[in-house]
Amino acid sequence: MIKFEQVSKTYPGGQQALRQVNFHIPPGEMAFLTGHSGAGKSTLLKLISIMERPTVGRVMINGHDLMQIKSRQIPYIRRDIGMIFQSHQLLMDKSVFDNVALPLIIEGYSRREITRRVHAALDMVGLLDKVKNFPPTLSGGEQQRVGIARAVVNKPPLLLADEPTGNLDPKLSMEIIQLFENFNQAGVSVLIATHDLGLIARMRYRTLTLKNGQMITDGLVEDWHEEDHELTV
Amino acid sequence: MSLLFKERSQGAEKISVSMLQKVIMFFVDHVRQALGSLGELWRTPAASIMTIGVLGLSITLPTTLYVLVKNTEQVSSGWEQAAEISLFLRKDVASADVQQLVKRVGLWPEVESLVHIPADKALDEFKQLSGFGDALQYLDRNPLPDVVLVIPTPKHAGPTAAEKLLTKLRKEREVETGKLDIEWLSRLHGLLNLARELVLLIALLLFLAVVLIIGNTIRLNILNKRSEILVMKLVGATDAFIQRPFLYTGFWYGLLGGIIAWFAVMILLWWMEGSIAALTALYQKEFVLSGLGMEELMTMLGLSVVLGLAGSMISVHRHVKEIEPS
Repeated sequence: MIKFEQVSKTYPGGQQALRQVNFHIPPGEMAFLTGHSGAGKSTLLKLISIMERPTVGRVMINGHDLMQIKSRQIPYIRRDIGMIFQSHQLLMDKSVFDNVALPLIIEGYSRREITRRVHAALDMVGLLDKVKNFPPTLSGGEQQRVGIARAVVNKPPLLLADEPTGNLDPKLSMEIIQLFENFNQAGVSVLIATHDLGLIARMRYRTLTLKNGQMITDGLVEDWHEEDHELTV
Repeated sequence: MSLLFKERSQGAEKISVSMLQKVIMFFVDHVRQALGSLGELWRTPAASIMTIGVLGLSITLPTTLYVLVKNTEQVSSGWEQAAEISLFLRKDVASADVQQLVKRVGLWPEVESLVHIPADKALDEFKQLSGFGDALQYLDRNPLPDVVLVIPTPKHAGPTAAEKLLTKLRKEREVETGKLDIEWLSRLHGLLNLARELVLLIALLLFLAVVLIIGNTIRLNILNKRSEILVMKLVGATDAFIQRPFLYTGFWYGLLGGIIAWFAVMILLWWMEGSIAALTALYQKEFVLSGLGMEELMTMLGLSVVLGLAGSMISVHRHVKEIEPS
């Protein structure tokens, strides 16, 4: 589903965010991406959603080289990727319904279809009763779930989450991760960037670890318990 | 449409969004966005009214000047028809030949009518009007020639056509010389041409100003909605989709500005009608100020909409592209 081949990214000014990163996430897999802040997690996600382009190497989604995608095609790529952000990126002056409906309006769905799908997505994240609320009246966890509903409302085959549990307590974080597990069981590929090692430790998922822009581990949680200590030092 | 997942695009298009539905939704979207933009203007009345006002008044000035020039042209075209050519006949022409000339020239298609003033009658008139009455008694013969006044048809009353007619008349055997008192008309025409060009220049400058003002207003709108545009780009909105509401805002600015200009022109003309009536009364002329015709009104509104759209287009193309998630 996602494949990185010898990908390096150097920002203008010389800061090297990623160095020769290689990995492959097959379709239907759920994986974590971790590392200290500044290790290159966000850059890696931005390369997938084409907010940035790699300096060297190839990024592929479903076998398509993203280098071949022209800037005017980028919006269509983003419709295939559900993105979730730590800062939610919700429109505060629009209702929950309108926020979740946005991707469908952009794609030109009919009003009836939009209503049906928005309600289904909000039902999945357990917020059907808040459909008419405005984001500022919701708690942090609820806002995050609105963001998730918006990401999955047009059923993308790929979900990217950047620190989705950033500001949440462990119990709420667990609920959010369980939502991702549900989508993953429905066949969606999921990549979650987080520095919440405790959360990862409780799950048994493949974990990619970045350090100073390099991929230092790639495997199940048990395989790198020693490195865990090294990381937290 | 999905570039990365073939099966997905087929699935989505087949099941959820048929082609016909997409076309219908395209128009529904447009209407929705147009009304949305109008609603947006309604929610910020003060700022909107100011922008619309600037646009409206900028169009009012050239339009009013245009109406005034148009009316002046109408009046002066009435004067042109009064243009007459005076022919002075040779002294040695017999009065029978003069009658012949009058008959002959009267048949020309360029000539509306002729008036023959015999030399004796002209002298009498001169005696009465000049005040030289007694002094003229001492002349042993009439120094004045026979005069024929030629009034051209309206079609041949313009300065150039009348000039042509004069040259033709001069070639007649009986005619000594001819005079066309049209210099002042040429001058008036020159002035009117100048006025028309001034109107055009003022209009162009003001239109440019309008485009810049609308462009700047839309730029501020775009910057105000920066976060919204970012989110829309993140979930896959194309630039065209994001630009549309702003283009509609420009359209509404143009249309509403044009309507304001229309009212302003009507008020200005109504205001000036009194003083114009007073002026024309001095010349003992019946004069009705003609305002904007239907066609001119539509042209003005269309122009206003085009200006609004142009301003927003320039701004939107530059600034929506600049906002990219990072």
